[in-house]
Amino acid sequence: MPSLDPTFAALPLRELAEAALAKARELGVDHADLRSERIREQSIRLRDAELDGANESVDSGLAVRVVHRGTWGFAAGTVQTPEAAVRLVEQAVRVAEVSAPVNTEPVVLAPEPSHGEREWISAYEVDPFEVPDDEKIALLGEWSRRLLAHDAVAHVDAFVMAVKENKFYADTNGTVTTQQRVRMHAALEAVAIDEANGAFETMRTLAPPVGRGWEFLRGVGWDWDAELAALPGLLAEKLAAPSIEAGEYDLVIAPSNLWLTIHESIGHATELDRALGYEAAYAGTSFATLDKLDTLKYGSPVMHVTGDRTVEHGLSTVGFDDEGVQTQQWDLVAGGVLKGYQLDRRIARLKGLNGGRSNGCGFADSPGHAPIQRMANVSLQPAADGPSTAQLIAKVRNGLFIEGDKSWSIDMQRYNFQFTGQRAFLIRDGKLAGQVKDFAYQATTTDFWGSMEAVGGPDTYVLGGAFNCGKGQPGQVAPVSHGCPSALFRGIRILNTVQEAGK
Amino acid sequence: MSTPQQLAERALSAAKSDGTVVLVEESSTANLRWANNTLTTNGVAANRRVTVVSTLGRGEGVSAASITKAGVTEDEIEELVRESEAAARAASPAPDARPLLGPDDASALQGVRWEEAAVGTDIEVFTRLAPALGESFEAARSAGQLLFGFAEHTAVTTYLATSTGLRLRHDQPTGKLELNAKTPDFVRSSWGGAQTRDFADVDVVSLAAGLGQRLDWQKRRIELPAGRYETLLPPTAVADLMIYLYWTASARDAADGRTVFSSPNGGTKVGQRIGIPGLRLWSDPTATGLESAAFNLATASSAQSSVFDNGLPLASTDWVRDGVLERLLTTRHSAQETGLPVTPPIDNLLLEAGGSASLEELTRSTEDGLLLTCLWYIREVDPQTLLLTGLTRDGVYKVEGGEVVGVVNNFRFNESPVDLLSRIAEAGRTEITLPREWNDYFTRTAMPALRVADFNMSSVSKAS
Repeated sequence: MPSLDPTFAALPLRELAEAALAKARELGVDHADLRSERIREQSIRLRDAELDGANESVDSGLAVRVVHRGTWGFAAGTVQTPEAAVRLVEQAVRVAEVSAPVNTEPVVLAPEPSHGEREWISAYEVDPFEVPDDEKIALLGEWSRRLLAHDAVAHVDAFVMAVKENKFYADTNGTVTTQQRVRMHAALEAVAIDEANGAFETMRTLAPPVGRGWEFLRGVGWDWDAELAALPGLLAEKLAAPSIEAGEYDLVIAPSNLWLTIHESIGHATELDRALGYEAAYAGTSFATLDKLDTLKYGSPVMHVTGDRTVEHGLSTVGFDDEGVQTQQWDLVAGGVLKGYQLDRRIARLKGLNGGRSNGCGFADSPGHAPIQRMANVSLQPAADGPSTAQLIAKVRNGLFIEGDKSWSIDMQRYNFQFTGQRAFLIRDGKLAGQVKDFAYQATTTDFWGSMEAVGGPDTYVLGGAFNCGKGQPGQVAPVSHGCPSALFRGIRILNTVQEAGK
Repeated sequence: MSTPQQLAERALSAAKSDGTVVLVEESSTANLRWANNTLTTNGVAANRRVTVVSTLGRGEGVSAASITKAGVTEDEIEELVRESEAAARAASPAPDARPLLGPDDASALQGVRWEEAAVGTDIEVFTRLAPALGESFEAARSAGQLLFGFAEHTAVTTYLATSTGLRLRHDQPTGKLELNAKTPDFVRSSWGGAQTRDFADVDVVSLAAGLGQRLDWQKRRIELPAGRYETLLPPTAVADLMIYLYWTASARDAADGRTVFSSPNGGTKVGQRIGIPGLRLWSDPTATGLESAAFNLATASSAQSSVFDNGLPLASTDWVRDGVLERLLTTRHSAQETGLPVTPPIDNLLLEAGGSASLEELTRSTEDGLLLTCLWYIREVDPQTLLLTGLTRDGVYKVEGGEVVGVVNNFRFNESPVDLLSRIAEAGRTEITLPREWNDYFTRTAMPALRVADFNMSSVSKAS
């Protein structure tokens, strides 16, 4: 079992909190919280098995957030002394004062029980920062050479990213949490070039980013050997594959592709701050507005989607959020009907959802940023006795089986989307009939989920995700996972991307 | 607390590696965010980030590693140097290794003022803006409208020091304001943005009034199907498309045969015509109002940037001149590999295509077409053609006989910015603009409005 990083635990965290919260009380704030964070990140990139770049960064600092006379104030700095913490409280109160003329809606936070002193550490085995760099570079180099050994492969990019996140939080409510999370993302992308005409295709590994340690690169939770062995052949087939004929197809979509469609068309659409307009000028709003709760037909009756920040190895998983709220799991869509939203303390109270309690989606990506409502792990549930992927494919006469995410884009209300993938196989009379290329699927969210005829069983379920979900101004990035089974969709519009380019 | 200069010198004197580069970045930022005519979040933040790059000669070449840490004190700097050196020892040789630059390489640089303190910012930068915003909220309320938006001011001073004697400093102020007006049902929406170095020149009250007028244009709604339309792209939309092109302009990737700038028979498309005659796409660290670092700053190596090239002077560079692709992004290493000149990335982008008309004049000379406000959620679909997809946002207007006659539904487009360069029917005058989508990463742009005869609106979006 991993333990709390002693160099983080050695920081004078409680002194900082006591000094800051005492000052905040003295200045008469309605609420104050203090976060001390340290986020260690490493990125190693190889190009054609040679080192392209290796860098590491440590972001650390202190943040104070207050509610002062009903207005937010936030200040952050990098000096971690009690005096600096007190200065941040004064600055945060000043920020509240300068912004008061712009505030017309007093901030009131949803009540949350005081959790006292708590510690939480994510589930991983090997701290990636304890693994020597030369071992990491050698592993990516060896994997790259395996791909380059194939005639079809002209180039290989490889990268690994590791993150270790430490957060300390204390608030005027008496909650004091110390938490640690580790996450990894590694991928290889191979390029094949047709020497005759300069045409090229790429294919990337499907291994997802995970809330695990270096053991993931050693084969715990993913079969790298099998994936690397299959990739060059699949890429060669893609380069030689026919360009798809645009039209309507039935789709069987693998979890490696569907997670991103869930992220964009359900994950973001069920963020209450978006539905309320807080992101209207930037990330956008949502078609799933509050007046439609419990009535909106989001999709077909087989659609059951949950939000959670509790699943093991989930990228959004944590013990307590950045507002001192204990994390939970809840329904977003059940029986195809909109049932819930992702909440933070301000908007939970404002709209009285979840019994007036936040469901723990307050998150700040760094000590320099204030928490906003960010995404839980939003996952499509499998059918308990559901079909295998092959059984789903067997139900299709004319369709496509799509694996791996690639290009994505969705509008600001989360209606119209377009996705491509790493590879697509034609389905003819229930059987795979070779790859096609240049495909993209385009749909409107409720039409798409309404066309979902079947979800696969638990054996088809995979937890996918991303490190880099963007939202908010100033921009913040958040890691998040999405689990889903394979699923069958009827009558989806497929574009040919070469035709779209007018060629 | 020690000064950034003291920290850099302390790092260099502690260093035992063959070569060391130190970058100290002092930054401060202040922001206000609002929605539904009220404040949502705000804040100030200060940061000091120190990057130490260590390089190490060994039999088979030179290795390098880079470590960046926030909030490093003078007591901790030696530990950071040791960590960087250990990482360089663990690294395999760096293909981009070149000798570090010295004072002679940068002797032509003006006004680097190493000894001066960092220029900061704080919440007081908004003491004029906040009441003006409050006033705009009042006006919006009485007009039955809602305002949303964001104001941010950031000041970054970077100090660059190398073991080879280079001492450089750069101040980079960046300010932006985004304003979005909507009707309470969120059906009508308009957007405007501005970039500024200090907020002295930002007039939020008149920007808000202009958006209110655009909401009035939207009283009449016209449904149009997907298709190819004559389209006027305003400067902000052109900026977002051209930034994507710029990000894809790595010489190394092109020479490897894997981008839109790869020549089908090997090599790159440098020297080939890709745009209409008279078209110029360039970057210039001294461009008025868009001033950016006049020397290269790199905390990590990649296909288009090298830690070994830190301090390399940057000069005005034409990427496309008179419609012909002239340059791609190179490091000293990739320049040698591709046989192209050394032209590292510069933090601004400008486009000129021979026009002088304002967007209003272009609208008046439009018989039948669409006038866009901005683009959103732009992503690459096909690297071969650099086909991008995305959405129109915050007002697509139908223009007939030179007049705006109503607002049209939004569309998903599929278009390549490279392909567009050869299909420009008319360009307006070049003006400084805030890119709607990419301003978190790339702010400093000057672009003309463009008229394209057959812009590909691939499907209808129900979003408003």
